[in-house]
Amino acid sequence: MQSDFYGIKIVVISKKMDLVKFVNDQVTHNALPSFKAGDTVTVHYKIREGSKERIQQYQGVVITRSGSGSTQTFTVRKVSNSIGVERIFPVNSPNIDKVEVNSRGVVRRAKLFYLRELTGKKARIKEKRV
Amino acid sequence: MTSVYSAEGKNIPCTVIEAGPCVVTQVRTVDNDGYAAVQLAYDEKKEKNTSKPMKGHFAKASTTPKRKLVEFKGFEAEKNLGDVVSVDLFSEGDFVDVVGTSKGKGFQGVVKRHGFAGVGGQTHGQHNRLRAPGSLGASSWPSKVFKGMRMAGRMGGDRVKIQNLEILKVYPEQNLLVVSGSIPGAKGSYVILEK
Repeated sequence: MQSDFYGIKIVVISKKMDLVKFVNDQVTHNALPSFKAGDTVTVHYKIREGSKERIQQYQGVVITRSGSGSTQTFTVRKVSNSIGVERIFPVNSPNIDKVEVNSRGVVRRAKLFYLRELTGKKARIKEKRV
Repeated sequence: MTSVYSAEGKNIPCTVIEAGPCVVTQVRTVDNDGYAAVQLAYDEKKEKNTSKPMKGHFAKASTTPKRKLVEFKGFEAEKNLGDVVSVDLFSEGDFVDVVGTSKGKGFQGVVKRHGFAGVGGQTHGQHNRLRAPGSLGASSWPSKVFKGMRMAGRMGGDRVKIQNLEILKVYPEQNLLVVSGSIPGAKGSYVILEK
């Protein structure tokens, strides 16, 4: 057998937290508008079908933002044909074309998981007057 | 662990590894030692914490004291004493095996340690034996428990090799590798990379 394949090249290593920070800083950050839980947003998401690329819009209420730094995500909930749909978007995903903030909501907590149990008029969120 | 995005925009979980620079501190040859290998040293260590014999060993390679010494067989290129081996051995898209010591889990039962299914239902008269190991074997013959019977005990802290992890990024200036997926061991532990 060709010895090339068995060639072992090695290095001894350590894992450290500040190294993770360095790698996170290399991720290009999306410049999104500021929004938080309770806001209604439209996410313009790039979808690749074969070689074609198109943009899909997804509108709903932000029910949580979680994580920090380059790995932060947000969850958008909408009710489609009376079925609740939630999508989790990484904030810095290169597939996010843009995010539009449609309205600001008045809510008293950062995580709106209680919306999952509510339907109809109860599931409304009061809009903030700007 | 953290995550990076691929060219297609996929979010890939990954681990950051500081790989090198390592110094060649000993070269084993077939004539001398009966086998060919290269000893690499990594991570600085204080001189006052180094024994005299080890100080001499590092002085031979004209380098500072190092914390970890590991021998590697099958290097393609010939190495001499004092040579520096760094992260540029690796390139993006390569696949590597990572060897490390897994995290200690303490004394664990058979369900966690050996993947036993436990006792199924809560019915059929069963109570308080949900995670029990069951029978250890037959009775009068063989009148013993066979060696290697899987039972509860210490778990973790073993040498583990994870194969075929893809190298996603290489940062030569920082000596950093970004490898897809998780690797054995706690944060800050030492691992061996094999290509």
